[in-house]
Amino acid sequence: MSARAAILRHVELVASEQTRRLPPLTDDLELRDSGLDSLCFAILVARLEDDLAVDPFLDADDGGFPETLGEFIAFYDRALAVA
Amino acid sequence: MLDDGDRVIQFDALVDRTWIEAPKAAIVGRNVLIVTHRPLSAALALCNLDGVAARLVICPPDLDMARLPEVIAAADIDAIVHDGGQAGALPAAVPAHAIAAGTKGAGPAYEAAGLETQWALFTSGTTGAPKIAVHDLAGLTDAIKIDFSLTDPIVWATFYDTRRFGGLQMLLRALTGGHSMMMTLPSEPMDDFIARLAPSGLTHLAGTPSHWRSALRRKAQDILTPRYVRLSGEIADQSVLDSLARAFPGAAIGHAYASTEAGVGFEVNDGLAGFPVDYLERRAPVELQVRDGSLRLRSGRAAHLYLGDDSRGVVDADGFVDSGDLIEQRGDRLYFAGRANGVINVGGLKVHPEEVEAVINQCPAVQISLVKSRRSPITGALVAAEVVLADPDLDTEQAQAVRQAILEACRGALAAYKVPTSIRFVDDLPITASGKLERRHA
Repeated sequence: MSARAAILRHVELVASEQTRRLPPLTDDLELRDSGLDSLCFAILVARLEDDLAVDPFLDADDGGFPETLGEFIAFYDRALAVA
Repeated sequence: MLDDGDRVIQFDALVDRTWIEAPKAAIVGRNVLIVTHRPLSAALALCNLDGVAARLVICPPDLDMARLPEVIAAADIDAIVHDGGQAGALPAAVPAHAIAAGTKGAGPAYEAAGLETQWALFTSGTTGAPKIAVHDLAGLTDAIKIDFSLTDPIVWATFYDTRRFGGLQMLLRALTGGHSMMMTLPSEPMDDFIARLAPSGLTHLAGTPSHWRSALRRKAQDILTPRYVRLSGEIADQSVLDSLARAFPGAAIGHAYASTEAGVGFEVNDGLAGFPVDYLERRAPVELQVRDGSLRLRSGRAAHLYLGDDSRGVVDADGFVDSGDLIEQRGDRLYFAGRANGVINVGGLKVHPEEVEAVINQCPAVQISLVKSRRSPITGALVAAEVVLADPDLDTEQAQAVRQAILEACRGALAAYKVPTSIRFVDDLPITASGKLERRHA
């Protein structure tokens, strides 16, 4: 099962809570152009951890953060596959 | 009289009819550790030994008995006084003597040796290991005003344990004023204690805000009619003060600021949270100062020293105790904003759990809340909340509506980074032995 649906749902929820306007959520959307700041992403990652029971950033030792939405989803999919 | 539901000791019997089973030489001028199962026994020991022993160290109920040898070394203890409840756990290296009560003849077992006995109390250990702070009786009772014009009898009770600073203050109020006090039994459920208070003629009742929220949840207001309701030991926010005012319409409601280190700082009796900014202009009996956001107090009520190898003094070079309690000014009032070391750091932005709790607690459906740090790989930490609902029987849909209401209240009152990222409903929140919400600092 892909994390895609959960991620898109939570992105929209966080954006609406933080009153951010989202561009269309395509896979090539650069996260830095998403209108979400680091607090939004922190909240997003926490909510996804509650929902999916994984936090792929916890073990990301190089601190590399996905650059696009597609990479972000793939990042979670990989973590889910391992979990 | 002192009454713990199991035993009643009349005032004239406090010293005349109670004694320590020890030869005089084992007690007079000695450093004595008081280890009791019951709060009442500790009170009897204190009445018997003040002015007699050189130093009294009062063990709180939750002290790990395995730590006794360490305490004995730190406090240079010569003798242990106990009520049998913990006798099996006492180290054999130090002579132990029982506290006894009965119909023994008149007169105290030890005529007061006129010593200025040190009273040593454990700090609540909100931060790190508890320390032992040394006071004297004059400092401990300095804040107590006795009103001899009162004719109606006063009956005190407290949800605190009287072997800690907050509860001991109430015990000393009862003893110095000649008032009765209802005392708790060890591990007595709050429901039982409240039921016991109802027929006692209770007039004065003290506890932490957490105690009070718990008491209101147990409908104490249906059977108790105290004239004086007192809060201290935690921040008294407006919601708990308002709830108490509604629950006890005839009562005077006051909150006090005190700590084991600084002693009693001040009282606030206007029904409002925080305290007036002009308190900072006072020079007596307690001088207050805010430095780097933290409340500092200077007075003769502060502890003199810590026992053991804790080399840090209680007071700084200027004689002030830094409380570590953070103060914020809004208008002409100062508010407590939490502990300096309890701050949640959200990507470099500081959040005091207490300010978020104050907003959540204002929601009518909320009984009490605990805000804590949740680790985040992105911002280091995030704000998370645990909430006890006023009505535990809400269905999922109703609970969801409450969650939304809480979030809306937080978003309306707080910056985005202070709004809880998760809200978890829980049945209860753990309260420490000293009656405070249990906070685990990351």
